[in-house]
Amino acid sequence: MLTVDHRGNTLIARLSGELDLQVADELRTRLDRALDERVTANLVFNLEAVSFVDSSCFGVILGRYKRISGGSGEMVFVSTPPGVRRVLELSGLLRIGREYATEEEALAEMG
Amino acid sequence: MDYHNFLRFEFYSLPVNVGLARVTVAAFAAQLNYTVSELDDIKGAVSEAVSNAIIHGYQGAPDQLVRVTAVVRGDELEIVVEDGGKGIGNLAEALRPGYTSGVERLGLGFSFIRSLMDTLDVQTVPGRGTKVLMTKRAGLPGGHAHAN
Repeated sequence: MLTVDHRGNTLIARLSGELDLQVADELRTRLDRALDERVTANLVFNLEAVSFVDSSCFGVILGRYKRISGGSGEMVFVSTPPGVRRVLELSGLLRIGREYATEEEALAEMG
Repeated sequence: MDYHNFLRFEFYSLPVNVGLARVTVAAFAAQLNYTVSELDDIKGAVSEAVSNAIIHGYQGAPDQLVRVTAVVRGDELEIVVEDGGKGIGNLAEALRPGYTSGVERLGLGFSFIRSLMDTLDVQTVPGRGTKVLMTKRAGLPGGHAHAN
């Protein structure tokens, strides 16, 4: 469901599998724990291994963005699979966070 | 005569059953001429409607029944998701994009369903339950097919 990686003040969250109501609570808890661990300015969501996502988990993602955005942090999405892009667009999250092809590209752009 | 088929199943209002419901309906839908991305749309719509039933209809109570009916009529699939929960007090407001219910989700998922399916109809009686009806036709030329 989730592995995390801290790079400086950026948290990389690599999501995987089917992200729906069943995993939403645990995903929220684990992301919050990672955000509590270190001061985080930016969030990178790597969606490469996500096979399904619905508004239960988009809500979790938006909620974590609200946690960091108070400090003018940035949220971005990388490696979005074709089957996920449509719902990611519908969610409106692409109006908040830009998309990059790879983690490296995102990290370079966010400085 | 148009081809007809019918599927109905009921399950407890447990989050673990959301995935079961969407996969079951998608497997049933696969008998029609949907593209892979249209089957993904159907999975998404079922997921939203069933999650609504569990979270909003039954307020997370784990032992209530959610009923899903899927009907094939010709080249169209109709999906009905029903709960016997608390209903939606202000339906017009709930159907507005951007409506949030307090729960950390993106609205009630209705704007999602509307984009993923051809039609959406919601019937609700406060205190009695909610019925979400949605349809999607298969093999529509000019649909958002990506495989051709």
